[in-house]
Amino acid sequence: MRTQDRIAKISLYTILCAGLLVVVGPFLWMALASFKPEAEIRRVPPTWLPDTWTLENFRQLFTRLDFPQYFANSVLVAVLITAGNLLFCSLLGYALAKLNFPGRRALFLVVLGMLMVPGMVLFVPQFVLVSNLGLANSYAGLVLPFLAGPFGVFLMRQFLSTIPDDLIEAARVDGAGEWRIFFRIVLPLCRPALATLGILTFLSSWNNFLWPLVVATTEDKYTLPVALALYSVGQNRTDFGLLLAGAVVVVLPVLVVFLILQRHFLRGIATTGLK
Amino acid sequence: MRRRSLTGWGFAAPFTLLFLVFMALPVLASLVMSLTDLRATDLRNPFAVNFVGLDNFTRLFGDDLFVKASANTLIFVVVGVPLNLVVSLAAASALNSGLIRFRAAFRVGFYLPVVTSIVAIAVIWRFLLDPDAGLVDNLLRLAGIEGPHWLGSTSTALPSLIVMAVWRNFGFLMVVFLAGLQGIPQHLYEAARLDGASRRQQFRNVTLPLLRPTLLFGAVVTSIGFLQLFEEPFVMTQGGPLNSTLSVSYHIYNQFGFGNYGYAAAASYVLFLAIVALSVLQFRLLGERD
Repeated sequence: MRTQDRIAKISLYTILCAGLLVVVGPFLWMALASFKPEAEIRRVPPTWLPDTWTLENFRQLFTRLDFPQYFANSVLVAVLITAGNLLFCSLLGYALAKLNFPGRRALFLVVLGMLMVPGMVLFVPQFVLVSNLGLANSYAGLVLPFLAGPFGVFLMRQFLSTIPDDLIEAARVDGAGEWRIFFRIVLPLCRPALATLGILTFLSSWNNFLWPLVVATTEDKYTLPVALALYSVGQNRTDFGLLLAGAVVVVLPVLVVFLILQRHFLRGIATTGLK
Repeated sequence: MRRRSLTGWGFAAPFTLLFLVFMALPVLASLVMSLTDLRATDLRNPFAVNFVGLDNFTRLFGDDLFVKASANTLIFVVVGVPLNLVVSLAAASALNSGLIRFRAAFRVGFYLPVVTSIVAIAVIWRFLLDPDAGLVDNLLRLAGIEGPHWLGSTSTALPSLIVMAVWRNFGFLMVVFLAGLQGIPQHLYEAARLDGASRRQQFRNVTLPLLRPTLLFGAVVTSIGFLQLFEEPFVMTQGGPLNSTLSVSYHIYNQFGFGNYGYAAAASYVLFLAIVALSVLQFRLLGERD
């Protein structure tokens, strides 16, 4: 029995570690390869650690190509979308969970139903709309269609339903106005849900690809994924060192955010499935 | 009472306005567009647009590319969704089996591709799968095997994308399933053991039934995502070779690019219906039976 347990344990660890190698290995390899000269990246048999360390790939990225600008665009767009979703989704989530008003149920169903609508249904009319508003190739055009995400409403409403009504009633009895109650009492209690929603929204806007690819038509509006995608099919397509360094720049901020906040994040993810 | 409802709508208004303009309006516009012959060139001259009824929809099913794209998408879903569920459940069970240390590290590691930009992943994988310089074929060569041209051959391109999609996505459901597994009371397993149930029987008779709502959630969410397959072929194969990785969403995107807005909208509604139908079917098959 003892040895059987030990064998089971060892085989389990072996499988898990092999899985981890398959999942994390490519990222590790990418990070290391971005410090190699082009010839070494293509060498057969491949090297794991760089023989010659070089920052040339990154230097090119930030001097020859305009990656600082793309980086700034990505940050700006993701921050605006995240801030908007945190505010608008918690406002509506609160109204749906705690306030009585006509049309409440219908509104919730319509917003929830939107979760099933494929992106491609929205894509064409959103593009026509944004173009007609004169917002093509502008930051507003990149941000506006993502400010009201149905998922955030669902998340915030679920969380806000767990806040006891007595708390809100008591504040009303004390004469606090509705907006004051929301910003002073309710919102601070929502910190865990806001953290989850904030991280999720930030990551999905940072990684968003199709919309900025279509809306951003000049280089000064490109976000990082758009720039990287266009370079990887353009004239730099065989310049693997440069592309891998670009991929590192795209992945690194997300990785840092994720590693710092992963506890919050994974807990939030886990609860979305338990409803 | 009047004041109450005013307050309610006051809170709801900012989101609802944005939602109406940028989400609800486009959904309806798409539906209307799908019944017209709207093309990109008509945008400046709306009176040239004709109402064509269901023409776009009947044309779709005679469109070889759309049929091909539907078949590819179907294969991707039918193979990819179960594979994704099985891998996620296996990883979650392994991490849940008491003896594991470093659980948090494994969890974070397996989750990493989920939070990573598909464009960055494509750069990595296109290189790893490159027939000349790629790591995978080079490793196979060291073992004396000549690997296939993964993304360049009609027989391996779609399977490669399926594997890549599962590689990229399984971490999400793993986290969800792990939480579900941890929610199953231990005393149920103890009772089953006392009755002499083997590991496998415990899994079949305790774990699976109690995890059913979570599995249903996983199946529905994964299907909705996989039916919309777009980014993987877009960045890895551009739909090729010979349209063997062209998906429905990709076809819609191409039609949009050609300026066939009405036609693209019709195809997007077919996809929408497919998503709703599959979700309903899954709720029927996997949902509570009582």
